[in-house]
Amino acid sequence: MSTANPPRPAAGRAGIKKELPERFKDYRHVWVFIELERGQVHPVSFELLGEGRKLADKLGVQLASVVLGPPGEATWYAVAEAFAYGADLVYIVEAPLLADYRNEPFTKAMTDLVDTHKPEILLLGATTLGRDLAGSVATTLQTGLTADCTELDVDADGSLAATRPTFGGSLLCTIYTLNYRPQMATVRPRVMPMPQRADKPVGRVIQHKVSLAEDEIVTKVLSFLPDSQSAEANLAYADVVVAGGLGLGAAENLQLVKNLARTIGAEHGCSRPLVQKGWMPADRQIGQTGKTIRPKLYIAAGISGAIQHRVGVEGADLIVAINTDPNAPIFDFAHIGIVTDAIRFLPALTEAFTRRLSPHSRDKLAS
Amino acid sequence: MHIVICIKQVPDSAQIRVHPVTNTIMRQGVPTIINPYDLFALEEALKLRDAHGGEVTVLSMGPPMAEDALRKALGYGADRAVLLTDRYFAGSDTLATSFALSQAIAKIGETFGTPDIVFTGKQTIDGDTAQVGPGIAQRLDLLQLTYVAKIASIDFAAREIQVERRSEGGTQVLKSRLPCLITMLEGTNEIRRGSLQDAMGAARSHVLKWNAAEAGIEDLTKCGLRGSPTVVKRVFAPTPRAEKAAQIDTAEKTLRDVAEELIAAILARQPALEHELAFNNGA
Repeated sequence: MSTANPPRPAAGRAGIKKELPERFKDYRHVWVFIELERGQVHPVSFELLGEGRKLADKLGVQLASVVLGPPGEATWYAVAEAFAYGADLVYIVEAPLLADYRNEPFTKAMTDLVDTHKPEILLLGATTLGRDLAGSVATTLQTGLTADCTELDVDADGSLAATRPTFGGSLLCTIYTLNYRPQMATVRPRVMPMPQRADKPVGRVIQHKVSLAEDEIVTKVLSFLPDSQSAEANLAYADVVVAGGLGLGAAENLQLVKNLARTIGAEHGCSRPLVQKGWMPADRQIGQTGKTIRPKLYIAAGISGAIQHRVGVEGADLIVAINTDPNAPIFDFAHIGIVTDAIRFLPALTEAFTRRLSPHSRDKLAS
Repeated sequence: MHIVICIKQVPDSAQIRVHPVTNTIMRQGVPTIINPYDLFALEEALKLRDAHGGEVTVLSMGPPMAEDALRKALGYGADRAVLLTDRYFAGSDTLATSFALSQAIAKIGETFGTPDIVFTGKQTIDGDTAQVGPGIAQRLDLLQLTYVAKIASIDFAAREIQVERRSEGGTQVLKSRLPCLITMLEGTNEIRRGSLQDAMGAARSHVLKWNAAEAGIEDLTKCGLRGSPTVVKRVFAPTPRAEKAAQIDTAEKTLRDVAEELIAAILARQPALEHELAFNNGA
């Protein structure tokens, strides 16, 4: 995949010149796919609407949403929410066979919509659903798709500039889809800020029929087993997160991170090496290949702050770094730094928070 | 029964360094490995082969040195290895890569028997896109089952398969049909140690090397840079923030004082947190 390769000299980049074929010239507007599964809209869809709004305004075009779902209230609720978060119009496909996500009917519905209404930009969340769908839609449409973008912009000639980490997050690269439409990109949950919800009057709805019958779809959903613990979802959307890294030295020291997290009502996480060592489960990993977080407060204990980690936490309002190495890269993007041993400091911090936050328990200790 | 599995040789990303001055990747001396996610797919393929008979063909696209990765896969017990290598493939994005691989899989099917399943890892650790698997499925008109955590049951005679697939907030249990393409999730199994016999066999065995023509690819405009709709325009290091972190001095202070000072600093910047933290604490 060349998305991972640094550019060779310009001479080799035959495709870099923009020559949009005639058939693509009437492709207009920015589309955001609203991810609706089991009656729930994934918050990444609203984050994308916020970003899509900016792109649409820069291009002077409309922002549209795509809602695919079964006939019923939940689907229309998703339509109303799309308007509330800024969509000018919504394309809706209602069909019983769109109740649970399956690749076949969703790909068919989406490619049909694109062929009929011709968007110039199509954005999806980089969730398991979004990535599954985006890959097959882009291949069917024979167009470019840039995965897991961290920044989207429109350049002077109106092209979508999609920036994403590359080489495991060591570098960033900006990718264009110059000569094909739509220009497609996926964005991970929490990378873009949540836009303001406005009680906007309902906009224009365009209903689309998809010619597909249930018996034409091979794959059947037999059941859905919800996660017993919703830790995975909580980490990405937590307001306060405490995480540990290799600086903790041993797996048992992760208890110090968990203790602090429990004391202040935070979620706990870790950097990638800890998952690779088997010290924490993969759903607690923060970073480019783990979760992206945007908490109000992030405390990183014993994490050096490789770029892989940085891209996962940059959206935090306040980053506190505790590390023994004064030259650790984490101090380049943290707001508050303490050069000290996290193993010794975490218990002191937990105690200090306990004193501050819970006068009740302090009274008990005193008595 | 025939299973094709796609693997990729990738630089061990844990060992990649960025040149501090030029901001370019320093690849020299960085060891290459089989993309770790692909190993879960390989093990799954080998397990099915061992249980049901048949053959496993490993396929990779890459430079001639990618033969090493294929040889390793043979060492684990794969029956056959094909390396798709040609300068026409240089600069392929995910769309061009899935085109070339799908053509090679079709050719493998013609030559050695149509595959019942095509496996890939859920994504690679260098590109991280998770797009090539779905791309191959779409091109070959295979049913696509991504992020599979478990193959619950498979019936090659009835052409039926049931899988558990990871999705947001839970697991989907899907019934589908063969042939299909499966992308395997990490942690689904543990790759076997190749037997000595396999390792010796792998050293002797031949990795088939196909160029574009040998893989049956006629339309070279769909390959490499020319066949890639996406264009990498700029590669750069993230800009460091203008200011470094405000340091809390620890010299000649007790940890208790440093902790108090930190909490004060946090609340000075984010006063709203006081309420939030206390609330979360259930106090």
